[in-house]
Amino acid sequence: MSDDNAMLDVAGLRKSFGSLEVLRGIDLTVRPQELVFVIGPSGSGKSTLLRCCNRLEEPDEGSIRVDGVELLDPKTDINAMRRRIGMVFQSFNLYPHMTVLSNVTLALRKALGKSRTEAREIGEAALARVGLADKVDAYPAQLSGGQQQRAAIARAVALEPKIMLFDEPTSALDPELVGSVLAVMRELREAGMTMVVVSHEMRFARDAADRVIFMDDGVIVEQGPPERIFGSPEHARTRSFLADVAA
Amino acid sequence: MELFVDQFLNLEIMRQAFPLLLRGLGMTLLLCLAVVPLGLVGGLAVALICRSRWRAVRWPAYALIDFFRAVPPLVLLIFIYAGLPFVGIRPSPFVAVCVAFLLNTSSYYGEIYRAGIDSIGRGQWEAARSTGLNVFQTLAWVIVPQAVRNVLPDLISNTVEVVKLTSIASVVAMPELLYAADMARSLTYNPSPIVLAAAIYLALLWPCVRLLSRMEHKVAR
Amino acid sequence: MDRFVDAFLNPAVIEKYLPDILWGMVVTVEVAAAVVVTGVLGGLVLAAIRSFRVRPLNALIVLFVDVFRALPPLVIILIAYFGLPNVGISLSGFTVLWLVLSLVLAAFSEEIFWSGILSIRKGQWEAARSTGLSFVQTLAWVILPQAVRMTVPPLTNRTIAITKNTALGAVIGVPEILMQAQTAQSFSGNATPLLIGSLAYILLFIPVVAVGRWLETRFAWGRA
Repeated sequence: MSDDNAMLDVAGLRKSFGSLEVLRGIDLTVRPQELVFVIGPSGSGKSTLLRCCNRLEEPDEGSIRVDGVELLDPKTDINAMRRRIGMVFQSFNLYPHMTVLSNVTLALRKALGKSRTEAREIGEAALARVGLADKVDAYPAQLSGGQQQRAAIARAVALEPKIMLFDEPTSALDPELVGSVLAVMRELREAGMTMVVVSHEMRFARDAADRVIFMDDGVIVEQGPPERIFGSPEHARTRSFLADVAA
Repeated sequence: MELFVDQFLNLEIMRQAFPLLLRGLGMTLLLCLAVVPLGLVGGLAVALICRSRWRAVRWPAYALIDFFRAVPPLVLLIFIYAGLPFVGIRPSPFVAVCVAFLLNTSSYYGEIYRAGIDSIGRGQWEAARSTGLNVFQTLAWVIVPQAVRNVLPDLISNTVEVVKLTSIASVVAMPELLYAADMARSLTYNPSPIVLAAAIYLALLWPCVRLLSRMEHKVAR
Repeated sequence: MDRFVDAFLNPAVIEKYLPDILWGMVVTVEVAAAVVVTGVLGGLVLAAIRSFRVRPLNALIVLFVDVFRALPPLVIILIAYFGLPNVGISLSGFTVLWLVLSLVLAAFSEEIFWSGILSIRKGQWEAARSTGLSFVQTLAWVILPQAVRMTVPPLTNRTIAITKNTALGAVIGVPEILMQAQTAQSFSGNATPLLIGSLAYILLFIPVVAVGRWLETRFAWGRA
C-alpha cells in the first residue's frame, strides 16, 4: 500500500509505554501538500503518533519513511532528517534566554553552519511571514501566547522543512489568540506545505483539511474528507466522539 | 603502588590508632550534641528577632548576622580561645567551641528559618489570627511547623555542615576525632590514621549526603 | 574598656603588623579566586558529562561528589598535606589548599548545576532537537545557559562558604590572613592582629556578596 510519492509513510507502527500499549499498528500515508487533521479523545495516541514521526518517541515496531528516507534506520542522520521535519509544540518551547530572532536562527547557524548575516535574513523573513517583523528583538516573555506560538512556527519554517507536524498548536492559547495562529497555518497550507495537525479546532479542519483521521485507543478508526467524517461518519465511535465534542 | 598503600592504607597503623580514634569520635559526637541544638535554637531566636517591629532591634541584628557569616568559623574560634585571654577571659576549649559555633551557626540556621517563615503565605497568618490566636501561638502551631517542613532539606544540609565543622575544634586541642587522628599521625609519621578518620566521617555522614542529594533532585524535577 | 582597646586595637601593634595582614589578604584572595575558577568550572564540566547519562561514568561522578561533600575539608587537607610528600608528590601548602578546596567546590557546584539542568523542562530539549541540533549543540546553546543562570543564588552562597575555608590554610602554613594574624599575635604578645584579621575577612566578604547580588539581578528573566 506504500505510495512512492508519499511525503510521510507510516507502516505497522506500534508503541508501548511500559505495559500500556498506546499505538496498536498504525498505517498512514500523507501525500505532498496534503493537510491531514488528526482528531480523537485524549489517550488515543494522536500525540504519540506525531512525536514518533520525528523520533521524539522511539517506536517499538514498524517503519516511518519521510520523503523516502527510513527514519528508524540506525544509519539515518536523525539531526539532518529533523531539519526536514518541522515540529510545533503545544507549549511553544521557545528558548527564554534568547531573543525571538535568535530562537529562529540558532539551528540555522549551529546546525546548518550559515553565517550570521545569512541566518539573520532568513530569520527576519520567516518572522515577517508569521506577522512578527516588529518583534524580532523581543524576548519570548514579552510576547503574548499567540505571538509566541507564531514565533515557534517561524522557528520551524525557517529551516524550510518538507513536512510540518503540529501537536495541539492552539490548545494552550486563550480563545481570542487562536485565530492569529490558525491564520498562519492557513497561509502555510496555501503556500503548499505538507502538514499533519493534531488539534481540537474542528472548524479549521472543516475549512482547511484535505483529510481527517479519527483515532481512538491506539488505532485509526476511520479517515476521509472532512465533509464525510464530520457529516456522515461510518463508525459509532466516531459519531459518539463528535457528539461529545459538539456538546 | 605499594608505597601508596603503606602511606594511606596502612592497616596495621590503623588498627593501632583505632581505639584512640574511637575516643575522639565520642568527643565529636558530644560536641555535636552540644552545638547542633544550640544552633537550631539560636537560629530560631535570630529569625524571630529579625521579624521584630522595631528597627532598633532589627538592624543591629542584621549587622551581627552578616558579621558572623562573614568571618570564617576557624578565625572566630581562635579569636575566642586565644584572643579573649588578653582581656582576662579564659574559656576552655569546649566553651570556646560552643560559643564560636553558636554565633556562627545561628546566623546560618536563622537565614534558613527566615526563608521558611517567609515562604508561608499571608493566608495562613490571617486564618490563624482570625480564630483568635495571638502572634506566638500562630507561630508555634501554624507557621513554624509548616516552615520547617518546607526548609527541611536546608536544615539537614546545614546540620551536616555543622558536624563537619566540628573538625576545626582540633585546632584548639579539643580531643575530637580529627585531633586524635592527627595525634596518631604525628606519632607514627604516617597519615593512615587520618584516612581512617575520614572513613569514620564517611560512615557517619554519607547516608545524610545521599538522602540530601535525592531530596534536592526530586524538588528540581 | 581601656584594657579592651589595648588588647584588641593597639595602635602600635597595628602599625607594625598591618603590612603582614595585608600580605595575607593578597594570598587569601589569590587562593580564593583560583578555587572559585577551577571549582565552578570543574562542577560545570562534571554536570555536563553527567547529562550524557553514561552509567559507569555517572556512578564515578556521584561517588566523587558524595565523598567530597561528606568529608570535612580539613581532613582532606591534612591527608593530602602529610601523605603526598611521602609518596613522592611534593606540593606547596598553597597548592594543596587550592587543590582540595577546588575539588570540594567542584563537588558542590556539580550538584547545583545538575539540579539546574534537571529543572529545564523537557520541551526545551525537544524543541531544540526537533530543529536538527545535535545533543551537544542543544546542551551548549539551549540547556546550559538556562541552567547556569538559575543556579546563581545557591552557587554564590556555596562559593562564599568554600572560600572562607581558605582560613584552614593556616593549619598547614599557608601565609593567608589567619596565619599572619596568629604569627603576629605570638610575636607581639597582643590580640590586636586577630581582630584586624577578622576585619580583613569582612572587608573581603563585602564585595563578594555585592557581586553575587548583582549577578542575581542581571540574570533575572522570565522562566520558560
